[in-house]
Amino acid sequence: MGKTYMVVAEVRGGSLRQVTLEALQAVSIAKEDGDSTAAVLIGSQITPLASELANYVDGQVFSIDHPELEIYNPEAYLSVMKTVFERVSPDVIVLGHTAQGRDLGPVIAAHLAAGQISDVTAMEKNSDDVLYTRPLYAGKAFEQKQFTGGIQVVTIRPNNIDPASAATSPAEIVELEYAPAGSLRSIVKDIVRKTSGKVDLTEAKIVVSGGRGVKSAEGFKPLEELADVLHGAVGASRAACDAGYCDYSMQIGQTGKVVTPEIYIACGISGAIQHLAGMSQSRIIIAINKDPEAPIFKVADYGIVGDLFEVVPLLTQEFRKVLAV
Amino acid sequence: MNIFVLLKQTFDTEERIVISNGEISDDGVKYVMNPYDEYAVEEALLQRDQHGGTITVVSVGPDRTAEALRTALAMGADEAVLIQSDGLEADEYTVSRLLAAYLGQQSYDLILGGNFSVDSGGGQVAVRLAQLLGIPHTSSITKMTISGPQATVERDAEGDTETLEVSLPAVFTAQQGLNEPRYPSLPGIMKAKKKPFHQMTAAELGVSDTDAAAKTKRVSLSLPPKRQAGRILQGDYAQQAAELVHLLRTEAKLI
Repeated sequence: MGKTYMVVAEVRGGSLRQVTLEALQAVSIAKEDGDSTAAVLIGSQITPLASELANYVDGQVFSIDHPELEIYNPEAYLSVMKTVFERVSPDVIVLGHTAQGRDLGPVIAAHLAAGQISDVTAMEKNSDDVLYTRPLYAGKAFEQKQFTGGIQVVTIRPNNIDPASAATSPAEIVELEYAPAGSLRSIVKDIVRKTSGKVDLTEAKIVVSGGRGVKSAEGFKPLEELADVLHGAVGASRAACDAGYCDYSMQIGQTGKVVTPEIYIACGISGAIQHLAGMSQSRIIIAINKDPEAPIFKVADYGIVGDLFEVVPLLTQEFRKVLAV
Repeated sequence: MNIFVLLKQTFDTEERIVISNGEISDDGVKYVMNPYDEYAVEEALLQRDQHGGTITVVSVGPDRTAEALRTALAMGADEAVLIQSDGLEADEYTVSRLLAAYLGQQSYDLILGGNFSVDSGGGQVAVRLAQLLGIPHTSSITKMTISGPQATVERDAEGDTETLEVSLPAVFTAQQGLNEPRYPSLPGIMKAKKKPFHQMTAAELGVSDTDAAAKTKRVSLSLPPKRQAGRILQGDYAQQAAELVHLLRTEAKLI
């Protein structure tokens, strides 16, 4: 009997998240002949997304559609997963290492008494075993891990594994009922979407990030304009967050988020070691800083020594020009 | 209110990582309380100030972990518990099993922890613990108000803010912005020396080695490739901006 792989898909802003396709790709890396794949899609009004997802899954898509499932809730989502487990017993479960997957992964792992390897950035098949690479100290070091047995839960970091391509034939869609077991002990009362329409920081291909040199909350304006032109996201250093220029949810570093975009533009960031841990795996790093001695220049592919308030608007203009063509 | 705080001791975030003999070297390394756990300790203190009760800080770790626990006592926690991990092959499964075995014998209203640890960073343990204890949890909270048997919390969900009502007992993990952790005061440090400090082993908690055996293991360690300093652009700002965009197109081929 082959193994059963299961991907827990994720919906954000009415679309399937890219990391779901990356999780499916992770499964195709690990999978062998005779293994099967299932995907689980949980949300509200997700019928079109189920058909979209089915195009990428060589197996079954379980779709659980209910108004109460619109926003992630660990108890509700676990009860859904239990319903799915009555149909299929997975050997390996893959989720995105996102706000949702980071939470749901360990919920499922504890429920199934399974091991979990979190925040995987690369994987490789080594005869029968799969070796999972993940960062330590936010990327100051990397470890390769493997499972010693039992059911396996894996969360993968967005933007690191290529997305899956379309399956040879679309998956069968199985709709399951949501039947919560009793009343929930935690209930979402309200949600303030500060990020609607914006690119998520950890998934952004381009990140424009500000540090102490940005000087104020208003100082982030030119960075936001540059990010908008590039369809990127805005991040910040710890110094900028501590100074109250921006929200902690924007912090990049060993405390805060780790990002691995194609292009990272550091504006007025000196490059403390704890910040470097959160961004030095970016493909191209650009540093803009007044201080030519700033450590950020030691890791930057391209550096501009100068005042970010003069340089950033010029860059925005320049990108606008070339992207308009 | 019986409050428990889950603690981990980690390298200071300013430390560089050195690998020697296939292990991460801790030679000369400064250890601190995991920064996210500081928020958890502070929140416990704030809640105890408002609602009364006791705070017990709990850690699974080697002997040196006692120092981080004493820091929490110096901040104002009442008791510390160190569950010895020496000689154990521990992963997140193991640690959560040990914590669940200990907490299963306690009476608790509120359990707080950090959102993740800045070393291995999986963010699994607190969430697993809630499942093992059969109580609800909310991760990554930035605000907490407790009224009777219910907590109202704000959760950071990738930049969006969710407001939740959660019935206690429950587990919460702290995100940055939850509060401003205090520094231990000198009298606090003196008092900490006299506070109850319990040590126990897995066996004493009724957990056998096979019960809590790790489900995952490390097979290798490496450092990321070192980045080279690139080039500093020249000319006036407008020229530099134009050159940068040109280089991104032609050299990096990203635009």
